[in-house]
Amino acid sequence: MPVGIRTQELCKTYNSAPPLGTAGGFVARADAKGSKQPKNQIPALDGLSLEVQPGEIFGLLGPNGAGKSTTVGVLTTRVRPTSGVAWIGEHDVWKEPTKVKHLIGVVPQRPNLDFSLTAREILVFHGAYFGIASRVRNERADGLLEKFKLTERGNQMVRGFSGGMMQRLSIARAMMHDPQVLFLDEPSAGLDPQTRILLWEIIREYHQAGKTVLLTTHNMEEADALCQRLAIVDHGHRIALGTPAELKATIPGGFVLRLRFGNQTPELLKKLEGLSGVREVRPAEPAGVDVYADRGGSLISEIANLAVGSGAELSDVHISEPSLENLFLHHTGRSLRD
Amino acid sequence: MNWKTFGAMLARDAHVARRNAIQLVLQTFLQPLLFVFVFGKVMVSSGFLPEAYKSLLLPGIISISMVFTGIWAVAMPLIAEFQWTREIEDRLLAPISVGWIAIEKVIAGMIQALIAGLVVIPMAWLVLGRGVQISLGSPGTFALIILLIATFSACGGLALGCTINQQHIGLMFGMVITPMIFFGCTYYPWSALKTFPILQKAVLINPLVYASEGMRATLAPQFSHLPVAAVLGALLFFDILLLVVGLQQFEKKAVS
Repeated sequence: MPVGIRTQELCKTYNSAPPLGTAGGFVARADAKGSKQPKNQIPALDGLSLEVQPGEIFGLLGPNGAGKSTTVGVLTTRVRPTSGVAWIGEHDVWKEPTKVKHLIGVVPQRPNLDFSLTAREILVFHGAYFGIASRVRNERADGLLEKFKLTERGNQMVRGFSGGMMQRLSIARAMMHDPQVLFLDEPSAGLDPQTRILLWEIIREYHQAGKTVLLTTHNMEEADALCQRLAIVDHGHRIALGTPAELKATIPGGFVLRLRFGNQTPELLKKLEGLSGVREVRPAEPAGVDVYADRGGSLISEIANLAVGSGAELSDVHISEPSLENLFLHHTGRSLRD
Repeated sequence: MNWKTFGAMLARDAHVARRNAIQLVLQTFLQPLLFVFVFGKVMVSSGFLPEAYKSLLLPGIISISMVFTGIWAVAMPLIAEFQWTREIEDRLLAPISVGWIAIEKVIAGMIQALIAGLVVIPMAWLVLGRGVQISLGSPGTFALIILLIATFSACGGLALGCTINQQHIGLMFGMVITPMIFFGCTYYPWSALKTFPILQKAVLINPLVYASEGMRATLAPQFSHLPVAAVLGALLFFDILLLVVGLQQFEKKAVS
């Protein structure tokens, strides 16, 4: 039976640097400088509530340091929350961690493979940790090596593997005990496009078998292509939730024109708002404007004319089509890559 | 408690130990055997040390081999696996509570320490040649003491391995291991320190003293040694202390 995921008001404050692999906090630390908090208190999660339906592919989208990895850490028994509750299915993660560990498979942001073992041994021992019978775990290991195109390297130590191979093996290992819930923390970071497509296919296939998948990403394309629902997180809380299509529909107009001027006047902003198809005009730092509109390129000539008319020198134009990236920009005023 | 998972983790450690067997054997036995050769053979046969020193040295060599095998076997992999590669995470995510993973490491370390102790006896005896006077008066006490020594070494490895970072391994040797060896009554009996009364009291905080004296008490009782009851009590105390500290430190490292 498919298993869901739920969190309620999760908070996590690290007392020192967060553990490796959980990026949450490193960015927040810079923000915390000069604030009232003691130096080594690093807030990573600030009241995050989520509900992932059984059998859903759910995405956590946000920039580095948003708290995505910390959320995964809390849900996978690796990071103890400062407050709040997390459930996998019926089980409170921090009251019944062993039961939860049976249900979940985890692909960390950075491969944490057992360097003392060969690729095949990693899978077989992982199966043994989960009490899988010898014959079954050997068969399953061979099947997964085949699926992830690692059969030829199966009997080699993983120390010499490339990043992509390690990542593939990490995913194979997480699937070894056929978990009901699969966590993937930035699964396609560092993968070449072919491997990324292979990974997406495997995730979809796993989902079709009735499993729940939670993945974190800051890759819009990936979130858009894979996830049924998304939560956008920033500074440890949720800023938007919905299907990719729903979320994109909330961006006024859909298109974003990021304009930069040599010198801009309030009068110019007013005029921009008056153009047909423009839904919202927001000043952006430094000396620029983000124009949300329901058309893109066709606005440029009008904008250029306005700029000339008010003596503002248009120095840069960037047009983006409706995307989750724009959604993030709309909610935070920052680009995901900032 | 999930015995299947526990057993699988022990099997994993045994598998890795078998793979590194040659390295482990050299690491465990080379230094004590060289020491036995130089002090027990060269110094004795050239007349600088009396023949009886052979019998005094052997129990000390057993205890030091056991203690450092156990510490090494638990601490070094833990230090590496908790570093940035986080290799231990596949076991932290196995369906077993975190404390049992630490216990598994302790059991694996104890087994290695016991093997080291039992193998070094015939090897050292072979190097020393004739004139070794070792007797096993009370096998039960001997078994209890080597079990307590193995536990102390593995728990010490757990506590050290979860406290020290990779960049401080050198410091650990300089500040912890070296003084422990030299003030561990391995190459001389505790009674030999009686001309240094303050030092003689101070070394009692060193658990290796009880390991060496305990070995001496059961294998070569002809030399003066600490009372067996004191040895048992002290070893038990250090076992429990280091286990509690080790488990706490492990939990701290495992869950952030």
